[in-house]
Amino acid sequence: MTPLLQVENLAKFYGPRIGCTDVSLDLYPGEVMGIVGESGSGKSTLLNCLAGHLTPDRGAVRFDTRADGLRDTVTMSEPERRMLSRTDWAFVHQHARDGLRMNVSAGGNVGERLMAVNARHYGAIRDEAIDWLGRVEITEDRIDDRPTAFSGGMQQRLQIARNLVTGPRLVFMDEPTGGLDVSVQARLLDLLRSLVREMNLSAIIVTHDLAVVRLLADRLMVMKDGHVIETGLTDQVLDDPQHAYTQLLVSSVLQV
Amino acid sequence: MSDYNFAYLDEQTKRMIRRAILKGLAIPGYQVPFASREMPMPYGWGTGGVQVSAAVLTPEDTLKVIDQGADDTTNAVSIRRFFEKTAGVQVTEATTDASVIQTRHRIPEQDLRADQILVYQVPIPEPLRFLEPSEVETRKMHSLEEYGLMHVKLYEDISQHGDIATAYAYPVKVEGRYVMDPSPIPKFDNPKLEMAGIQLFGAGREQRIYAIPPYTQVVSLDFDDYPFQASKADHACDLCGAKDSYLDELIVDDQGGRVFMCSDTDYCSTRRAQGHVGAQGSPIQEDAA
Amino acid sequence: MISIENVSKSFVLHNQGAANISVMQAASLQVAPGECVALTGASGAGKSTLMRMIYGNYLTETGRIMIGDVDVARAAPREIIQLRRRTLGYVSQFLRVVPRVSTLDVVAEPLLVTGTPQDKALRTAQDLLARLNIPERLWSLSPTTFSGGEQQRVNIARGFSYPYPALLLDEPTASLDPTNRATVLEMIKEAKARDAAIIGIFHDHAARDAICDRQVDMTQYTPGLAA
Repeated sequence: MTPLLQVENLAKFYGPRIGCTDVSLDLYPGEVMGIVGESGSGKSTLLNCLAGHLTPDRGAVRFDTRADGLRDTVTMSEPERRMLSRTDWAFVHQHARDGLRMNVSAGGNVGERLMAVNARHYGAIRDEAIDWLGRVEITEDRIDDRPTAFSGGMQQRLQIARNLVTGPRLVFMDEPTGGLDVSVQARLLDLLRSLVREMNLSAIIVTHDLAVVRLLADRLMVMKDGHVIETGLTDQVLDDPQHAYTQLLVSSVLQV
Repeated sequence: MSDYNFAYLDEQTKRMIRRAILKGLAIPGYQVPFASREMPMPYGWGTGGVQVSAAVLTPEDTLKVIDQGADDTTNAVSIRRFFEKTAGVQVTEATTDASVIQTRHRIPEQDLRADQILVYQVPIPEPLRFLEPSEVETRKMHSLEEYGLMHVKLYEDISQHGDIATAYAYPVKVEGRYVMDPSPIPKFDNPKLEMAGIQLFGAGREQRIYAIPPYTQVVSLDFDDYPFQASKADHACDLCGAKDSYLDELIVDDQGGRVFMCSDTDYCSTRRAQGHVGAQGSPIQEDAA
Repeated sequence: MISIENVSKSFVLHNQGAANISVMQAASLQVAPGECVALTGASGAGKSTLMRMIYGNYLTETGRIMIGDVDVARAAPREIIQLRRRTLGYVSQFLRVVPRVSTLDVVAEPLLVTGTPQDKALRTAQDLLARLNIPERLWSLSPTTFSGGEQQRVNIARGFSYPYPALLLDEPTASLDPTNRATVLEMIKEAKARDAAIIGIFHDHAARDAICDRQVDMTQYTPGLAA
């Protein structure tokens, strides 16, 4: 089986400072991978390199494109990369306002990606938007409201609908449940899990919340100071951590 | 040599602007940056259009200037006087007699010929601006032909108003490539953007020039189920009776009485001179002018 | 079906002076299809540790743990994920689920991820829940709010919804009333009858004697405890 995403020896530096280095990973279709680590561990830098928002200094990020199989997204042309990010990739930001157009209605937000890939039938775009709002549990009567009128949890769900409407194969998530109330988090986690299964999505989730990765991620990568220090099955890494830092991380979680 | 250069601008500036114009003609709809000069009028009064006109004018040209279709408004009159003074060119109000027409917010009703140039004054050249504030991002969107956002605006129109409510500055796609703001002309004028004459667009404050060469394909953006419609007031001109021209609506008394009349003053008076009479008009008198 | 050869396990506690605690040495065990083997030994003998190692939840340092033709001790994460989906089931003592997911969906999930159509998966889940006497009015609720015994039965229903060829059972009959206990034993016998290889931990000796073909005392593999 071909991996959907293949990362080889990736490195990104900020001047003399290490963003992340020596990162290699394979992600297969349908797999969800969590990346945990404290602030400054390089997890967001890595995510942004993978999603094409940052250009890595070294290494390859190969994505299994529909047309030509594995292609290095670092060296491909920008139009190609941006096309991928509109069709095959999705990026869910921690702050919904970074991923939404706040002055455009919910329907317009969901419809944008469709229109970006040349959907030109208003009725069809609107039907699709209604369908997707429903899937993320936003009622049809809110379709013409702007996200500014939505709660934090709703904004985040809208962001997910906007991202998934074109049927991407790979979703990047940066702290998707950060800053939300626990009850809202649970709803979002449930939603993400069922979407991942129904659409056979692959996902890379950056978070510092170990409970989130336990519920969502099949595999886990632990980062510290820009290096990957431990990888493995999520429950194995959390229940039988090998590295001193991981042991500290796991033992520091408050039990409820 | 005379004391001042022909048509106000120095030759170096004219060259620079002409290069921008030629580049604009070579890449229809593409916004070419240019080093806009200070002009003796405020921004918003046509500084971009004036610079483009000055760069294309020759001493043999005949100039017409219109503002919202009218030759006799302040803006039109001052720009016409400006070129009378600085270029000494002939001026006219007759569309057919002009070789260069500078316009604000209208395209003349009379079809233009291949030997005519239409110069538009443009306030905001970037059609994506109101949805994407970043210039870096909009330039990238143009270069990568990412125009989904333009339809988002039309989508928002329909979802809020039940129809595409954008009535002027209606976005177009030029020659199948660049999405362009045709300046705030009414969408009624959009079909006329495909014409025999050369069309040049100048935005002084925003420092952009763009162009549509003759006979270029210009398509107004729309949805399959909400096709573009070049709308106008459902009325005939009350002065000349024209049913095919763009109309201004005037409230004439305190009882809500109103008059519809051609926004293109030359078109209207030409028709009246030919003997056409509208519902509230009277035959034009020879000595009325 | 399950073949364990010479496995050892120790924990290194880096944050407690790098203490190295050896908990298992050279353990071996074979389980054939249709066979049920009980792990015995006092608390701390490594019964649960071995179960977790078989499931890939704990790393195995040395030796081999073959489930069919996959060596869990060496398999890549995604091979273990596949193994857990289609070959190896695990009924633990604790229910770990996403909040807000209905009991019916929790039980049907192992079927859904392996491609069973939704309606068929839900029917199977309904049958199992009914059989384990979970009242129908609770099916649409999340099991996180259930009592211990109810959670345990939901856990069992989930573990038995997909017909895994290999099963790990950690105290499946603990905290169950006699009726439900009998039902669970019946289900384990049915699994044996369809040739599942089963390893279990039973503190319930009567239950153990009723369904297990063999017993393996883990104490013999525990450093410091072995006689």
